Amino acid sequence: MKKELITLNINGDDIEVAVHPWRTLNEVLRDELHLTGTKLGCGTGDCGACTVLLDGRSVSSCLTLAVEAEGHEITTIEGLSPEADHGDLEHSPLHPIQESFIQKGAIQCGFCTPGMIMSAKFLLDHTPQPTEAEIRAGLSGNLCRCTGYNKIVDAIADAADKLAKGE
Amino acid sequence: MSDNQDFSVVGKSLPRSDARIKAVGAAQYADDIFLPGMLYGKLLRSPVAHARIKSIDTSAAEALPGVKCVITGADIPKIKYGNWRLVPESQDEYALAIDKVRFIGDEVAAVAALDKDTAEEAVRLIKVEYEELPGAFSVDEALAENAPVIHDEYQQQTPNISLDRKISYGDLDRAFAEADLILDDVFTVHATSHAYMEPCSCVAEYDHDGRLTIWTSTQAPYFVQCLLALTLEMRENDIRVIKPYVGGGFGGKMEMRPWEFCAAFIARKLGRPVKFTLTREEELATGRRRHPMKIHSKVAFRKDGMILGKEFIVHLDGGAYNSMGPTACFLCGNFGAMLYNYPNYRYYGAHVYTNKPPAGAMRGFGAPQALFVAETQMNMAAEKLGLDPIDIRLMNAMETGDEIPGVATISSCGFKESLLKVAEMTDWRERRKNLKPGQGIGIGCYSFISGGVFNWFNTRYNFTRAEVRAFDDGTVHLMTMASDIGQGCDTVLRQILAEELGLKISDIRLTAADTAVTPQADLGTWGSRVTLMAGNAVRKAAQEIKEQLYKMVSLKFDLNVIHDMRCKDGKIFPANRPDRNISFGEAVRMAQRANRGEPIIGYGSYTPRNKGLVTPAFSFGAQVAECEVDRETGAIEVKYMTTAHDCGTPINPMAVEGQLEGSVHMGLGYALCEQFIMKEGKTLNTTFLDYKLACAEDMPPGVSVHIDTYEPDGPFGAKEAGEGLVSPTAPAIADAVYHATGYRCMDLPITPLKLLKGMKKI
Repeated sequence: MKKELITLNINGDDIEVAVHPWRTLNEVLRDELHLTGTKLGCGTGDCGACTVLLDGRSVSSCLTLAVEAEGHEITTIEGLSPEADHGDLEHSPLHPIQESFIQKGAIQCGFCTPGMIMSAKFLLDHTPQPTEAEIRAGLSGNLCRCTGYNKIVDAIADAADKLAKGE
Repeated sequence: MSDNQDFSVVGKSLPRSDARIKAVGAAQYADDIFLPGMLYGKLLRSPVAHARIKSIDTSAAEALPGVKCVITGADIPKIKYGNWRLVPESQDEYALAIDKVRFIGDEVAAVAALDKDTAEEAVRLIKVEYEELPGAFSVDEALAENAPVIHDEYQQQTPNISLDRKISYGDLDRAFAEADLILDDVFTVHATSHAYMEPCSCVAEYDHDGRLTIWTSTQAPYFVQCLLALTLEMRENDIRVIKPYVGGGFGGKMEMRPWEFCAAFIARKLGRPVKFTLTREEELATGRRRHPMKIHSKVAFRKDGMILGKEFIVHLDGGAYNSMGPTACFLCGNFGAMLYNYPNYRYYGAHVYTNKPPAGAMRGFGAPQALFVAETQMNMAAEKLGLDPIDIRLMNAMETGDEIPGVATISSCGFKESLLKVAEMTDWRERRKNLKPGQGIGIGCYSFISGGVFNWFNTRYNFTRAEVRAFDDGTVHLMTMASDIGQGCDTVLRQILAEELGLKISDIRLTAADTAVTPQADLGTWGSRVTLMAGNAVRKAAQEIKEQLYKMVSLKFDLNVIHDMRCKDGKIFPANRPDRNISFGEAVRMAQRANRGEPIIGYGSYTPRNKGLVTPAFSFGAQVAECEVDRETGAIEVKYMTTAHDCGTPINPMAVEGQLEGSVHMGLGYALCEQFIMKEGKTLNTTFLDYKLACAEDMPPGVSVHIDTYEPDGPFGAKEAGEGLVSPTAPAIADAVYHATGYRCMDLPITPLKLLKGMKKI
């Protein structure tokens, strides 16, 4: 079967890519475009390491066909803090969720982190002041083997506070 | 002896130095590496548990357009390998099966192709004819008369026992004769998955100058370097192993594995880079796992609760190959007699081959199994003798200065303090009496090693080594093979170095885990060895730097020789005259000039010597679980975990807490929900839908406190943190469930079905 030429809007950029219709968004992001911040932990939609936003909704990129994503805005971890000046580590903060993950010890091996942060972004966009139970429910599609989740929950609560204060 | 507690960097909850790169998604893991011309590899695995390979036909696979290479056991050097190089006959694996397969998933052939789809298709086109053999799927089946012999190519005293270990001291027969209470129980514990989030992956490249480079998801780059050299028949120095960011390991990534060999072999053959990345299904269906064990434990008590002796007989269900089983077999014997003083002890441990995916090293390495049994029996003894579970522990608890005959000396121990602390924090005595039906509270304890002493890899180098270069811009460069796989040693070692040299974390550049650049001497990340061992090496290297710089301060200020010196806040000065200081960078500049341009370099290495047979230092702790059981459905909810633990000086308390909370996650899974469903050697639950890890909603709240001790053999007093803590959770939860229901678990995990049967509800 021939490849189809599609245009994906990824982190604000329109990118043309030729894909087989059975290619997942995860395969195209990682293998074709080398946007490797989005991980692949299971390929069956169970672990959440591949989570990206599609028009602001969190999806498992391993279960989303690339052709389905055409015409939608795709946000990956690489697009979460576009304004940051990485040459100025001390004064140029990342997105508040990323900053809270760093400060609160929510990151260990880091493999689940991009997916966790994207799920947290979806949660806070829709539930700006979540209870602890809502945060835990919001993470129910993301597995982490290192942290035991508690510091991730703390980080998201902290980010919610920061966002509420407009920091 | 105690260090000056006025630390600038050590003891501070600093964010990890790699947190930012991970938070922005820029950290490169092995599968994130793409090289020009790179091919994609795929393994063909055995679909049968035990068989002779009669023939392999790769012609259809080779003819598929896009396939560049197909290899089988016939194409590779016939060399067996394994981590236990000290015992050559324990090296029992070929990278690709030769003549026989021994478990479902055994690697039979490998393909490299232009893309993943073609590689998968090619694997399906390989035809293998098997002559199936009867299999043995449990310790009992493997040890039965006329059991199939799984490794028939070499003589074994008892068929299917690859290795055993005996420990014996004291007069156990007399202990049993004098006992008021003897517990004599058989327990079984099950296999669980490491379930690191990053599936194993590697990329190999051959540079046409005779050097092979491999980026691989490993905990032990040096093991991979040595064993690739062995199996590829290359010189060690012609192989460069680089550890990129690694997405967790927990013991599951500490051996050279077939995909690493195949990537390297094919890259060398074709002169093109090759990547292999496992699927989660491969990981769960065929990957290493925690050892299931059958444990017969007989313990003698005096009626006041004093332990008189113990006999501990353990059969490890090792799966088809040794892997790290011999170490688990050894350590299980040690952990069977830890925590408490067992004046008389006899251990027999046997590593048994079965036709299942091999068990390997996994967080705790024999301790979770041994301590589940030991701690459960302590709780049983307390009940039978009418004692409080904490009192019987306090009576027998090890303390600083205790010795295990011929094995170890306990150089620091906060166990009793841990017990008293959890009792106080939970209001233990009152709460145990005043719970509602279905509620329970239970206790489990642990001890663990801070790295191993036994040199089973037979390294010719120091156990670990650090090299530090100092620059006149006030920065230093630390080079170490210590391998951060998520636990945070890159940060912890920078903290130790920054503290020692009076610098900021940001003044320290770190290059780690690249065998071409960093010192060979390091055995990797396992056995909780890194903080103590690499930390000591880093400290020694820093001290060499300081000696060179102190001379400059003495010269500049014409100081009396008796002055003690300090490095702090980027300055170097006499301890009692901080005004007479020069900056770190200036001292480096002066020292370099004084040495006619020679760079300022410090070396430090560490190898445990005269530390017994097990470890330089033991950690200790106690944990209390509070549970609620639904007596109709058997559902168990863990309501709260209280932990007190002694890791010596926490170098980074936040990182220690992170380790501890992660341990609770793994320990809770071990107790309640994680297990492999096996049928005739086949793993049936091969997705995270069916292999149940605890989710964020399943995790109980909890509290933990560090018991302040100082380990004289550790850097700034530090020792193991976070691996030992995976042990107490299962016995604590099991005890709480018993307290709530009267069901005593002797067979992990505690499922609702077992619980309801135990409660005679069904």
